[in-house]
Amino acid sequence: MTFDRREFLAGMRASLPVVVSAAPFGMLFGALAVDNGLSVGEAVAMSAAVYGGASQMVGIELFGHDIAPWMIVFSIFAVNFRHVLYSASIGRHMQLMNGWQKAVAFFFLTDPQYAASETRVERGQPLGFGWYMGLALAIYVPWVLESWIGALFGRLITDPEALGIDFLLPIYFLALLLEFRGRNHWLPVVIASAIGSVAAIHLVGSPWHVSLGALCGIAVAVLLPPKAPLDLDEPIPAEGHMEAGE
Amino acid sequence: MSGEFLGISAIYWIIIAGALVTYAARFGGHLVLSRFDSIPPRVDAALNAVPAAVITTLVAPAAVSNGLAEGITILIVLAAGLRFPLMAIFGIGWVAIVALRAAGL
Repeated sequence: MTFDRREFLAGMRASLPVVVSAAPFGMLFGALAVDNGLSVGEAVAMSAAVYGGASQMVGIELFGHDIAPWMIVFSIFAVNFRHVLYSASIGRHMQLMNGWQKAVAFFFLTDPQYAASETRVERGQPLGFGWYMGLALAIYVPWVLESWIGALFGRLITDPEALGIDFLLPIYFLALLLEFRGRNHWLPVVIASAIGSVAAIHLVGSPWHVSLGALCGIAVAVLLPPKAPLDLDEPIPAEGHMEAGE
Repeated sequence: MSGEFLGISAIYWIIIAGALVTYAARFGGHLVLSRFDSIPPRVDAALNAVPAAVITTLVAPAAVSNGLAEGITILIVLAAGLRFPLMAIFGIGWVAIVALRAAGL
């Protein structure tokens, strides 16, 4: 219920890698949206209302073709279907939020928001509305502004590869992934998801590799016997896990 | 895409509908789960695996379907991840990918 200003600022600080990583994609979306016949206002409205990078890209790609409107909406839903999993998983850790706060929070539940929130829970820190919204707004506001800038001026960053920016999100997510290594069946889950996602991206295509790959890892977690820690170099941590070197 | 309905362009209607289905996905998982009085152990085990499973799928294809510079960067981040806090790992990975690409890998 309480809104803690210090927590809010801590959430904003945690957004930094995400904001840097997402910036070129936000501008790219704006530029491509205008290329595909959207107005500047429509491009910005889409970033503000849908707020999901991959689904926005798919949406504007289909705007360029002569496709029934409901097919575009269905495609957006298909791309964002993986959020059902995020919602079910992180919702269990939102006890500090009341109903309205949860309703607001779920609007902002993007991939990095989900990953960073789960990481906070894993560290044993409280997932309050203040921290969550500090993180969410510090990602959301630049995202909307970047799509506006991209729509107005086209692609500003011409060579994101030389700056390595195209590879920053995988680096960020890998760093987060390692924080979960104290959990039950972490390694089998990671291996199954990795194999499943790589197979799915070749056989079915993006973004289905997220849902299909994750289901492989989740199936392994369900099938393996409970409470059998495979992580042999760490004793079973009581609460969260210790950072090496502490 | 053209045409209007109730004075609003077709594109805006699609954006509104796209936003609603996205919000439904983001709220829906929690809504379904909160109808349980208690979460069955198998469902709980499944949900506990979601973060590692999902985050892996956001990394693995990028790690294996790119070049040598990306592959080595992944290994460096893995090694750094066992030692350093999040922001330091992020910085190390960023330096690695820029340097390795500049070196022509």
